Amino acid sequence: MTAAADLLYDETDEELRGNLRGMLSERSPWSKVLARVESPETCDSKLWAVLAGEMGLAGLAVPEELGGAGATWRQVAVVLEELGRAVAPVPYLGSAVIATRALLHCGERDLLAELASGRQCAALAVPFSAMAGTVTPSVSADGDALTGTVTSVADALIADVLLVPTADALYAVSAADATRTSVVSLDMTRQLCDVAFDGARACRIASGPAAVSAVTAALTTGAALLASEQVGVAQWCLDTTVEYLKTRYQFGRQVGSFQALKHRLADLWTRITQARAVARYAAARAADAAARAADAADAAVPGASVDAERSVDAQQEEAIAAALAQAYCSDAAVLAAEECVQLHGGIGFTWEHPAHLYLKRAKSSAIALGTPDRQRAALARMVDVPAA
Amino acid sequence: MTVAEPITAAVLQKLVAEFLAAHDPRAAADGEARLDFLRARFDAGLAWIHYPPGLGGLGAPRALQPVVDAEFAAAGAPDNRPGWNAIGLGMAAPTILRHGTDEQKHRFLRPLWTGEEIWCQLFSEPGAGSDLAGLGTRAVRDGDDWIINGQKVWTSLAHIARWAILVTRHDPNLPKHEGMTYFILDMHAPGVEVRPLRQITGESEFNEVFLTDVRLPDSLRLGAVGEGWTVARSTLMNERVSIGGGAIPREGGAIGVLANLWRDRPDVRTPGRHDDVMRAWVDAEAARLTATRFRQQLAAGEVGPDGSAVKLTFATLMQRIAGLELEMRGEESLRHEDWDLGRGRDVPFLNRIAGYRYLRSKGNSIEGGTSEILRNIISERVLGLPSEPRSDKDIPWKDLPR
Repeated sequence: MTAAADLLYDETDEELRGNLRGMLSERSPWSKVLARVESPETCDSKLWAVLAGEMGLAGLAVPEELGGAGATWRQVAVVLEELGRAVAPVPYLGSAVIATRALLHCGERDLLAELASGRQCAALAVPFSAMAGTVTPSVSADGDALTGTVTSVADALIADVLLVPTADALYAVSAADATRTSVVSLDMTRQLCDVAFDGARACRIASGPAAVSAVTAALTTGAALLASEQVGVAQWCLDTTVEYLKTRYQFGRQVGSFQALKHRLADLWTRITQARAVARYAAARAADAAARAADAADAAVPGASVDAERSVDAQQEEAIAAALAQAYCSDAAVLAAEECVQLHGGIGFTWEHPAHLYLKRAKSSAIALGTPDRQRAALARMVDVPAA
Repeated sequence: MTVAEPITAAVLQKLVAEFLAAHDPRAAADGEARLDFLRARFDAGLAWIHYPPGLGGLGAPRALQPVVDAEFAAAGAPDNRPGWNAIGLGMAAPTILRHGTDEQKHRFLRPLWTGEEIWCQLFSEPGAGSDLAGLGTRAVRDGDDWIINGQKVWTSLAHIARWAILVTRHDPNLPKHEGMTYFILDMHAPGVEVRPLRQITGESEFNEVFLTDVRLPDSLRLGAVGEGWTVARSTLMNERVSIGGGAIPREGGAIGVLANLWRDRPDVRTPGRHDDVMRAWVDAEAARLTATRFRQQLAAGEVGPDGSAVKLTFATLMQRIAGLELEMRGEESLRHEDWDLGRGRDVPFLNRIAGYRYLRSKGNSIEGGTSEILRNIISERVLGLPSEPRSDKDIPWKDLPR
């Protein structure tokens, strides 16, 4: 069994959080995010350049020898909390987490270095709703030419490279060789697109079981880390609602002094407190699985079979933690956003207030990478609670 | 050792080794020898090491207590059976340490720690539950003594306790929070009557305590006259810290019983129940990880509010899981073991039948502060929301509607 997980934040995490929050509040306040969802470029490429390039956060979980910062998925989770808190319209989850995890799995060094440095951005071409282990490829390969369509892909509009699974391989394709059609999305802060390939020239980066496991690893780590983004979304909703209820007066008193509302917010705080523990656990297990996989890949080390076994255990625990995190944090974020809209009253129902950005982000994130009920069903299989 | 030497785990291990060399733990299994061993451990400052020297401690970091306990356990030494004196150790002792006179500390702390004297807590009353500060048990000064009259309720251990911590009203003409005074009560004093209070399980873990013209000396007052509310609040802080329990593995609690029932009994499985079980599983695992994170915060010296989330969630989860199990067992659950009045059985909670656990867990959201009061505390102290407008703060206690 794997070691106990540290669920706290350390000083580096807090420093990272502070820097990022400051940068985001300056460059991407909600008023700008709101304006951008109706602009031609919904993804903020300048903000992405700062995050990925200047701050070096795209390669946070990539080892130093592969051009990254050599931190772990635990720090990536802190970045996602802050990006969720700001509903920042950047492809961090798609490129720095999901695509990066796939490339790490394939040992695809050159492209990984491009992503880690922020010079290029990539997306895994699967529907955003796809869950680990249930992807049915809709693209086929004829030699090195790909044909087919993938619908509702996240973070692909700004991507330079698309990672495309077929029935028996995983390919890298220049995004310029695909036709991307933007989709009017529920969450316009993470706009989706349909991607069509018509004989697009592709480079095979994994084959057979390795290709399948690369996609599974990518979506599992994506699910584990998305939970932290959901915690960030939920915490903003709670903080904003609490502040509003302190300033809003009705019946001659602060609305926040009514017990009916205080109890709802206390319950929400309780839920978010738990969501944070669950998300920290998922991030810790993702970090553990990545470290074990790196040990196992280093076959020159004596005791490689023991490492391989540990790696399998760590992957299994990551999968459990990820399913748990999605099952718990999805609902927590949706509840937080729904309470935020309701407890703001009329203003919460308007376009001019940012609550709807968070509601749309929360609801689409709950559907992303597997809905909570599908996650519970997957969890049931993993922890041996068989269906009736 | 010198005062300047920092107390590390290694220093403590050395002190325990020296103590064990001088006091053979194998000759102290029970009876007076056991008590002598525990008294000596107290006098050596190895009882609760964060207490001051002379009062069972060394002024050492509390986080190092497990090091000392592990050394004694490894040597086969008797412990002070902490489960038997939870109120004494968890609530009375820290209150006496903080608010007691030197005489009180030296009189009470040693036999409390060794378990020679069991303690109970006389706080709640039939008319003062969540609103503890509304209590009406009267304390009237009579020379160097006080005369106590009133009724207390929900008193665990009162039937075996030697001493109690007691909150009273000494002046009904003052506003409620100002007219209170805190005492240590001799449970053997004339006028103290303990009656079992039967609960929904049929058993009796708690008591009612009737106090009729009980006379107690002023030397048993804890804190100044009129400081009762302040002292009581410091006692209750300790209650919230002490509830929460130790680390458990995945499926180590009630959810494990439910999951194993599902695994072992295909006949109880229905499609609808499957998601109910998994929802409970997810929530139980989330609660377990929250408790783990809370313990990590405490170990790192961060005193945060997450313990409130742990208690609030634990209560509803226990109720929900037991209720689900009852329904899954169907006909079996219509039949109960017995409703006999007893003092509770020496059987671990999880080994009791689902019907018992369903009923007993109803107390989880009431005892130690109701879930509703806990939500008030979270919303006011954690989230900083304003309190409800109150009409009971500035008028004499005697004029409050009741």
